[in-house]
Order: sequence, then C-alpha cells, then structure tokens
Amino acid sequence: MAEIEREKLLDVYTRTMKVNRTDEKFRALLMEGKVAVMYYCVRGQELVSAAAMAALNDDDYVVCTYRGQGEQTAKGIPIKKWWGECLGKETGTCKGKGGTMHITDPDTGIMVTTGVVGSGLPIANGLAMASQNNGDGKVTLVSFGDGAANIGGFHEAMNMAQLYKLPVVFLCQNNRYGEHTKFADHTDSPDISGRAAGYGMKGIKVDGNDVNAVYPAMEEAVEHARSGKGPVLVEAMCYRMMGHFFGSDFSYMPKEHLEEMAREDPLPKLRKVMLERQFTEEELDKIVADIDAEIDEAVEHALAADLPSTDEIYKDVLEEVS
Amino acid sequence: MAEITMTEALNKAIDEAMAEDDGVFCLGEDVSDKQGGGVFKVTNGLSEKYGEHRIRATPISETAIVGAAVGAALAGQRPICEIMLMNFVGVCMDQIVNHAAKLRFMSGGQTPCPMVLRTTTGVGVGFGGQHSDMLEAWFAHVAGIHVVTPSNAADARGLMRASIDANDPVIFIENILCYGLKSEDPGPGYRVPLGKAAIAKEGTDLSIITYGRTVLDALEVAGEMEKEGVSVEVVDLRTIAPYDEETVLASVNKTGRAITLHEAVKPFGTGAELAANIQEKCWDSLKGPVRRIGGTFSAVPFATHLEQAWIPTKGEIVEQIKASVGKE
Repeated sequence: MAEIEREKLLDVYTRTMKVNRTDEKFRALLMEGKVAVMYYCVRGQELVSAAAMAALNDDDYVVCTYRGQGEQTAKGIPIKKWWGECLGKETGTCKGKGGTMHITDPDTGIMVTTGVVGSGLPIANGLAMASQNNGDGKVTLVSFGDGAANIGGFHEAMNMAQLYKLPVVFLCQNNRYGEHTKFADHTDSPDISGRAAGYGMKGIKVDGNDVNAVYPAMEEAVEHARSGKGPVLVEAMCYRMMGHFFGSDFSYMPKEHLEEMAREDPLPKLRKVMLERQFTEEELDKIVADIDAEIDEAVEHALAADLPSTDEIYKDVLEEVS
Repeated sequence: MAEITMTEALNKAIDEAMAEDDGVFCLGEDVSDKQGGGVFKVTNGLSEKYGEHRIRATPISETAIVGAAVGAALAGQRPICEIMLMNFVGVCMDQIVNHAAKLRFMSGGQTPCPMVLRTTTGVGVGFGGQHSDMLEAWFAHVAGIHVVTPSNAADARGLMRASIDANDPVIFIENILCYGLKSEDPGPGYRVPLGKAAIAKEGTDLSIITYGRTVLDALEVAGEMEKEGVSVEVVDLRTIAPYDEETVLASVNKTGRAITLHEAVKPFGTGAELAANIQEKCWDSLKGPVRRIGGTFSAVPFATHLEQAWIPTKGEIVEQIKASVGKE
C-alpha cells in the first residue's frame, strides 16, 4: 500500500485532534456543571470520522447521527455556530432548535444529523439520487454505528443504493456496542461489511484505529462511489471508549474489553505514525494548542450568547406564505 | 373544454410539473411504464417521456422510498414519492414524522423538505383491513406537513400542482373510488392553493364539513334535503391540515349548525378537532351541538355488506341532519 501523502496525513491528524479536543472540552464542561445537555462522546472514534471527512470534498454531503460530533467538526462546521447549537443558543447552526442530536449546516454539507438509529441511510440515498439526477458529482457519506445495521431501513437503503448505483458511502463505525449491548449479543455474523456481498455491493472492513489502513480505505470508497461504480459499505472497527451518552454507566463493559480498548486507542498510535513520518513533537503540540484556543474562544462565545427568542417555537414549522 | 378523469388530471399535473422543472421526479413501486405506469395508472406514459431516472420504479421498500424523497428534497429537488396504499405508511412513519415533517424546524429553517407523498386508499372496494384505511388524522396531528385530498378531477389537477410547488412535505391522499370521476379540464398550469377550502354547495341551515370521497355523499344528501326544505351547505376542505379555518368558521357562523363527515374512523378523527374548534370559536352562533359522522371503530371488514355497514351511509347523514335541524 502506498504511503499517505505527508500533507494529507497532517490534514487527517489535524481533523482528528479537532474532534478529540472538542470531545475533551465538552466532557470537561459537563463535569464542571457549566453546561447540562445530552452529549454522545466520540472518544475512540475520532480517527474514523477524521479520515472519512478528509477523504471527501468540501461540498460533498454528510448524514450523521447523534454521535456525530466527529463528522461535524472534522468536516469543518463553523465551530462557534456548533457550540452555539450545542448550548441551545440563538447563535447556533439551527438557532438552538436542533441541539446536539440535530446539528445541520448545509454550507459545510452536514445535511442531517438524526437522533433515530438507522434513519440516515435512506436519506443519504436521496441526497445521492439528487446528485445522480443533476450530475453535480457529489458523494454522500452516511455514518452510523453497528447497532444501526440491524434496523430495516439499513437493508432497504443498501439494496436501493446498489440497484441505482448511487454515489453513497455507507460508513459503519463498528464501535462494538449498540447502546449497552455488545456486538456479539446483537449480531451473530462476524461483521457488518460481509453483508455488502448480499446486495452485490463492494464491502470493506478496516482497522479504524490505524490511520494507514483507514484513510486509504475511505479514499478508495469515496473514489468508487464518485466514479459511478456504485455505493460502498465500509466497516471501520473502532471502540466507543465511554458510555452510550455522557454520564451514563458503562460498567457493563468487561475488564478485558476496557484493556483491549486502551491498547488500541487510535490517538497514541496516530501520534507515533506522525513522529515516524518526521513531524516534530513541537509541530504536533502547536496544532493541538491552536485548536484548543479556537475551541475556548468558541465556548466563551456560546456561553455568552443570547438564548433564542421564545417566538422561535412558532417559526420554521411550515414556510410562511403571505 | 374536454372532460378529464381524476387519474388523467393527476397525470397531467405531474407531467407538466416535470416538463417545467428538471428537479421534479417520481419514485415508487411499479410507477414506470415497464410495470404499467403505476397500479392505478397515475404515472402512465411518464417514464417513456422522461426516462427511468425521473420515474424511478423502486423495490418494495417504503422506508427507502420516503427516505430517498426526503434526501432529494434536502438537496433542492422536488420528489413525488408514492406509497401505493395508505396503510403502508405504517412501514415508513419514521421518515415522514421524524424527518420530512421536522427537518425545516429542527434546522432552524435551513433544510426545508419540498416533497409530495402520494398515496391512495378507500373503503368500498373490498380490500379489507390492511388496504382501506383513511389515516389522515395521523398526519394532521404532526406539525410541519400539509395533508391534502381532492374530491373531484379539477381540484386534483390544481391541488397536485400546488403540492409540487409547496416548499414543505405534502401528504396527498387519493381515493380509489374517485379515480374515475370526471370534471371539465381546468387546463395547464391550473392550481388550487393549499389551505383553501371550497364551498361545494351553498346553504343556509346547516354546514357539512368534509373532504375527499364523502363530499360526493354530502352533495347527494344535500340535494335530497333541499326537497324537504333543509338548505345544507357543503364545505370541501381540500386541504385537511392546516385547514381553512376562516371558511369553516364563516360557514358555521352563517348556518348555526355543523356536521363533520369523514370516511376515517370517528374517535379521535379530524372531525373531533373540527368540532372542538367550531365549538370554541362559534359558540354564540351555534344552535346545537356539532355532530360527527365517521367510519366504525373497527378494522375495515371484507364482506361487501359488512363494508357497507362499516362506512358512513347516506342514511346516517340524513338522520344526523334531521336530528340537528330538529333540535333547535
């Protein structure tokens, strides 16, 4: 396998750290009691999101889930608006009406963030169908977890996407748990990617903790979809290193699983790769420091921002026709 | 001008919208000419004219059909998806209720969802319990969608164009028994604005508020009652939700009596909402309670005589009118 270009590797690293630092900051704010909102931690899955977003063009479409912080920040959503939305402020992407589970920012291609497991896949097909209809060349990437692979919409969407050769990348972030249920307790087959064959679709299974595996896989999938050959199902193996949502108990995870997770943590591995590729400690630390500064500023901005006017509950229900 | 059936009216409306706007396309089960142009022929001839990309015959996958319509709408197209029979909306309610209806609001207005969901249903054709229900109240109870149903071919043409124009999701309900109804063709470009009821017949003693196929029953009964000296006004809502409150209240304020009539089951039906609103807002004009007529609260039965007993009958409408005007 060819080495990832240095510039691209740096891009993936930067996006990964953006996701991670956002996650760390969010958890810190929740711990300190400075904010009290639902938040679905992405610790352990940062690299998968970053690699996927780095493989897309800026104007490609993304559909993600309530655990979508990684896709959103790695795709480049304006961070002040992102924090504004998460804190329910009028400065948010959705004027505080969507919240952490429903972030939308069409300007950066974040078209839908759904709170319903598996519902994004059929919608991704529609975005891709529009691209196929109008020839705009865009790819739609939809991210979901292993739990979503067992809902009916997954099957319907996979079959339809392949039938029409839609430019979609189905990214299954197999984080080994569907809510509180471990993979082996909800699925008897060894993996999700194997199902692709049943639809006549290209399937890829990849280590989501290894940048040298996951970035090329994402690039290959995106290229395949964009070329008109049809959709791809990518199963990126990763770990959800926290509970289902922030503050939720995860004592149901066995000790061996926790140890395995710690060993496979994508961040130290990525750092090691970066150093091997002759990036210096200073360079890498500077990137993180710059991200932290930007996040701190965005958080302060969001904390100080106004709440949305209560009139908003009547607005955006239907188009106002005069 | 020539007459057209409701089927032809819908076909013409879709055809002209597709001719004018490349972003309009259809998807649903059996909609292409390869499969006969839709089970009720509404999309007949359109795939030959516009190609299989714009008349997409789909697998039997209601969630994928509606989800694809939602996604395409978010990308700026104007999909018309078809759920062959209304009961099958049970398969894809998540896409309609959690997504199509809410994405404009939840995104703070950034992602409107301009799509039409065509569906058909109707009691009286012997389709039994899972192919006959009128489920409009399910959708009328959800903010963010229009619910539309025509009672005649001309309105079908105009309402379909207006539904395709709308920048929000529209649930467009067709009644199987109405496809063959003929009207004078209102011609190309004709539109009936959403949210505007029609006075199907003027009257002074009582208002029947109804929509879809039961408009025909109401008109027939109103004609008979005229001979008995009772002047019945028939209000055809055309858009069930959000409905034309102004026209409904004005009619009831004029006549002082109201009956709501629909094929859907009576409990928690749209008639209940109409009745409640009328009583809140027309209390001083009302000469008696608002009465509701609806289907029996059971599954639609198969045997013909059972089905006919299930559905609101003209006899029941006459009875309720007499009870209403006799109870001053």
